[in-house]
Amino acid sequence: MPTLTINNAQIEVEEGTKLLHAVEKAGVKLPTLCHHKALTPYGACRLCVVEVATPGRPASVQAACSYPALDGISVTTHSERVLRARRIVAELLLARCPESEVVKRIAAELGVKETRITKKNDDCIYCGLCVRMCEERMGRAAIGFTGRGPKKKLQAPFGKHNSVCWTCGACNFICPTGKQVSSLATAGTFDPIRNIFNMDLDSRSATYIPYPQAVPNKAIIDRDTCVHLNYDDCGICEEVCEADAIDFNQKATTVELNVGAVILAPGYRTYDAKGSKDLGYGRLPNVVNAMEFERILSASGPFSGHVLRPSDGQTPKRIGFIQCVGSRDSERDYCSSVCCMYATKEALMAKEHLGENLQCDIFFMDLRAFSKGFEQYYNRAREQGVEYIRCRIPKIEEVPETKNLIINYLAENDKKISREYDLVVLSVGMQPPKEVKAFSEKFGIALNPHDFCHTSVFKPAETSREAIFVAGPFAEPKDIPETVMQASAAAGQVLSLLKDARGTQMTPKVYPPERDVTGEEPRIGVFVCHCGTNIAGVVNVPSVMEYAKTLPNVVYAGANLYTCSNDTQEAIKATINEHHLNRVIVASCTPRTHEPLFRNTMREAGLNAYLFEMANIRDQCSWVHMQEPERATEKSKDLVRMAVAKARLLEPLAQRSIPVNKSGLVIGGGLAGMTAALSLAHQGFNVHLVEKQNELGGNLKHLHYLLGGDQPQAELNRLRLEISRNDRICVYTGAKLEKIDGSIGDFTTTIALDGQTATVKHGTIIVATGAREHHPTEYLYGQHKRVITQRELEERLVTDDAFLKPNGKQKTVVMIQCVGSRDKERPYCSRVCCAEAIKNALKIKELSPGTHVYVLYRDIRTYGFKEEYYTRARQLGVAFVRYEEDRKPEVAPNGQGLQVTVFDQTLGMPFTIAADAVVLSAGIQPHEDNKQLAQLIKVPLNSEGFFLEAHMKLRPVDFMTDGAFLCGLAHSPKNIEETILQAQAAAARASTILSRDRIELEGNISHVVDASCDGCAYCVDTCPYKAISMVEYMWQGGVKKVVETNDSGCKGCGCCQATCPKNGIFVYGFTLAEIEAQIHAALGVS
Amino acid sequence: MEDNFEPLIIALCCNWCSYAGADLAGVSRTQYPPSIRIVRVMCSGMVHPNLVIDAFTKGADGVLICGCHLGDCHYQEGNYKTEKRADAIKLMLADFGIEEERFKLEWVSAAEGPRFGQVVRDFTEQVKKLGVSPYKQ
Repeated sequence: MPTLTINNAQIEVEEGTKLLHAVEKAGVKLPTLCHHKALTPYGACRLCVVEVATPGRPASVQAACSYPALDGISVTTHSERVLRARRIVAELLLARCPESEVVKRIAAELGVKETRITKKNDDCIYCGLCVRMCEERMGRAAIGFTGRGPKKKLQAPFGKHNSVCWTCGACNFICPTGKQVSSLATAGTFDPIRNIFNMDLDSRSATYIPYPQAVPNKAIIDRDTCVHLNYDDCGICEEVCEADAIDFNQKATTVELNVGAVILAPGYRTYDAKGSKDLGYGRLPNVVNAMEFERILSASGPFSGHVLRPSDGQTPKRIGFIQCVGSRDSERDYCSSVCCMYATKEALMAKEHLGENLQCDIFFMDLRAFSKGFEQYYNRAREQGVEYIRCRIPKIEEVPETKNLIINYLAENDKKISREYDLVVLSVGMQPPKEVKAFSEKFGIALNPHDFCHTSVFKPAETSREAIFVAGPFAEPKDIPETVMQASAAAGQVLSLLKDARGTQMTPKVYPPERDVTGEEPRIGVFVCHCGTNIAGVVNVPSVMEYAKTLPNVVYAGANLYTCSNDTQEAIKATINEHHLNRVIVASCTPRTHEPLFRNTMREAGLNAYLFEMANIRDQCSWVHMQEPERATEKSKDLVRMAVAKARLLEPLAQRSIPVNKSGLVIGGGLAGMTAALSLAHQGFNVHLVEKQNELGGNLKHLHYLLGGDQPQAELNRLRLEISRNDRICVYTGAKLEKIDGSIGDFTTTIALDGQTATVKHGTIIVATGAREHHPTEYLYGQHKRVITQRELEERLVTDDAFLKPNGKQKTVVMIQCVGSRDKERPYCSRVCCAEAIKNALKIKELSPGTHVYVLYRDIRTYGFKEEYYTRARQLGVAFVRYEEDRKPEVAPNGQGLQVTVFDQTLGMPFTIAADAVVLSAGIQPHEDNKQLAQLIKVPLNSEGFFLEAHMKLRPVDFMTDGAFLCGLAHSPKNIEETILQAQAAAARASTILSRDRIELEGNISHVVDASCDGCAYCVDTCPYKAISMVEYMWQGGVKKVVETNDSGCKGCGCCQATCPKNGIFVYGFTLAEIEAQIHAALGVS
Repeated sequence: MEDNFEPLIIALCCNWCSYAGADLAGVSRTQYPPSIRIVRVMCSGMVHPNLVIDAFTKGADGVLICGCHLGDCHYQEGNYKTEKRADAIKLMLADFGIEEERFKLEWVSAAEGPRFGQVVRDFTEQVKKLGVSPYKQ
């Protein structure tokens, strides 16, 4: 084998190796332009020239890519002679193609700023990459060079388009100057492979990773477009893949699984807006659908997070959003539930990207911000200048010169208005998944009239076929939290069905043995996250990363687009091993949500989970200092410095575990509590069901009929009966909770019952305490007997036959929506009142068709399949009259009856209705005693007084406190179906704990430093858990008094360490030294 | 006093309420001045008074301790202890020649994102008026 000298170092290479590879093997990188691994060496660009000395001959300059690595030669890669030659080449290239980014970069790297040679402004540098690619790898030879010297030209044979070219685009792909080479060979337009993930807005190659967070994060080959699989040519990926992972012979296989249950979650399909011809989608380039706009907004999207419009790549200044495209129309009589909020979100995000002066107008019919926190979000959007215009837009016109878009609409005062936009986003609705009929036939399940999966109100996660369950928008259009709830509910149902098989086919996760880092100098790795543009849009991430490298003990710093993605976890593990890290810092978001993920990565890499620290540069920098990018960057550096200071002191901690008490406590015996209790019992766990009233049922007791005709009282009786017959459920009625001690897996609760107390032990808590109907103080409620609430009306309609026809006369009923909802005192939407009002209106029309019903509303929020009842009510003559929040209807007594005056927004004038009854849609209000219960369990309430979950979207039934869950109206207003789903979800989440034998606890507990403790016992009294006790032992001939902590009792609050005058007790992970180090780092002192 | 003096404030925030409130301030895009450096602690009750005094003597212009509202403490009663220690801290501040107004104890819940921003804005203003820390060279 030849042995040669490269920059004075000896290296041995294989026979036939080119010099370029030998140089690379020696660890030296040379600039190249015409070289490509997959193509034969060409030696055209001369950038890779090196000085070659053969014994006995003068040194010569040779192109390394084509010169053989001969035995005995001596190579110099960066001599002055070589560098001069490269710089001249760069000047020549720069003269020929001064606009090429690749050439400019290479020139800059060689220190060439400007060329002394006359510029030619060509787009070809004669590197021959395209010619070789076409001939050697695509097997075509559709283009080549003609002429010699100055007459050399890249063209197709005879300068004519030919049939040899198959428009694969490989020539365009490989061209360093971006020339559309294919146009020389064919008249056919080159159509790149569209990237489906970015909604076809950009292109991808035939071998690709679907998207950055794909699970598994592996490359795949597109069979339809791969040149090798279709024509047997190319195959470059197989040659360059160092992992030998390409297998062209792989065949699709059929796998048979034997399962006891199936959950269907095929999702939905967005409406194809080409179907609404007048809106111009697919015809007008600047009309995009909301999914496309979502990708445009994304950092990993087609324009890397820059908001640009498709026609000319310009930044839009005016964006219009059109709602209900493919929803709430004659063909689709349902509401897609999510579009109002995603349009609002996209408008706000666009403003975040482009500044507050960006005009965002949303054209809508009813603004349906019905979920928890959504009304407040909608209000914030209005405050930030998003304009909401109530009008359904039938048509969009284009200004041909500018490609801008014109929307003509009728304002509420009947005035015709025309507005021009740079970009229009269509809020496309949800449709059943593709080929849903075949899908449903395959599984033997029924579809509903809209071709979504058929479910029923009391069995909302079940299909029509036993053991087949459903989750997500396939059952009904829904948002993320509802999807997560239904998915958990479906999983819970399966767990009930398969409880005997639970855990029998499981392989427990095994972590590699933990590396002992004792005595090692800290070696810290810092991973700084872009979080798409969430951080990088404000904070200068590369600068933070570079700064991290300068900090003591930091041996590695890197940056990631999304540090929480799956592939990054793999990268972090590899980096830990490669750099032998023993401490890891992630500078990204909050440890409250992401620390568990990264700690798991630590364990998978063989490090103790507690050698990890986070710097929260998103929530504490980029999101709260959006207008001060420089100071946000400086603060981010401070936070990283603080994290490093703490990380240097971190020590590995032992994982503790305790046995799990396999019974659950359910607080509240309404629909949610009963459902959760039964679900837990069906899964094989014992349940303590506590209800403060004397019987089970809660609000369900007051419901007598439902929109779909189901019987709520029959269901209530069934639930009560089933609970009474289930010996796993112990019911406590007329009960009050006095005390809840303990923590996840091991709670002890004291219940007061008839003057006695009972103590129960349990592993989990489910809060299902419900909520109540608001007691109106307005509209003469309580003063006039004909002013009642919807609930009272429902009671009257089933019990009082004469209510609608006193004296045989036709009556007029006026309903007023949003009573005690969506106002200053209670800024949330109560979600169910619109559908309840329509339910009762339809009942009235059924019982007494001649009765006039008026519904005075602000927005009708009949989301999902409730929309068809709204349609039916209008068809039956129920009159819907809209009022504004600041112009509420007025109710006055009128003899025996009432007089209602409302300012009709459509007519633009007030009108008066003589009413025989006024029905108030009183909102849902949290219980006043939520506060006490929240304090008992140590969980938070939101500002309205509902219980606050761990994460609005992704953990909608979990509390932040481990082992505690929530469901039903205690969480937020919701209807029966949603309550059942959330209750089943809470039970499913609780069973993830109850099904375990032991549970791991936090290692951050207190520890006594024996040498420092003098037994003063200040800490003994201050410990809230009585987990510290005094001990005495003989030492050096005397009695030594010290304290001792009880590991299972300690929760790690650290009251002891703040009390101790001697530094004799501290909490692992939050020691005084660690906190002090952080403070000192923040202050810039050491 | 310098006109454009930007104070540097150490905020010790409990994991369960105040740190979560600061997170919510972020999620809600509540804007506040970049004056504070948050140190996460499990409970406001674990903050030793010496840590606060040490921060002042090392040059902090202000120190903020944030915990759960009284009665809401994740550890039952940690914040009642914080409240008592805050009184002790104020007494010690006088001995060290530090204005009492440079120190503040606030209760911020996990649901009070905008309020967290308001607390930071108000306290920053308060400290700004007092000027640079007497311990800063």
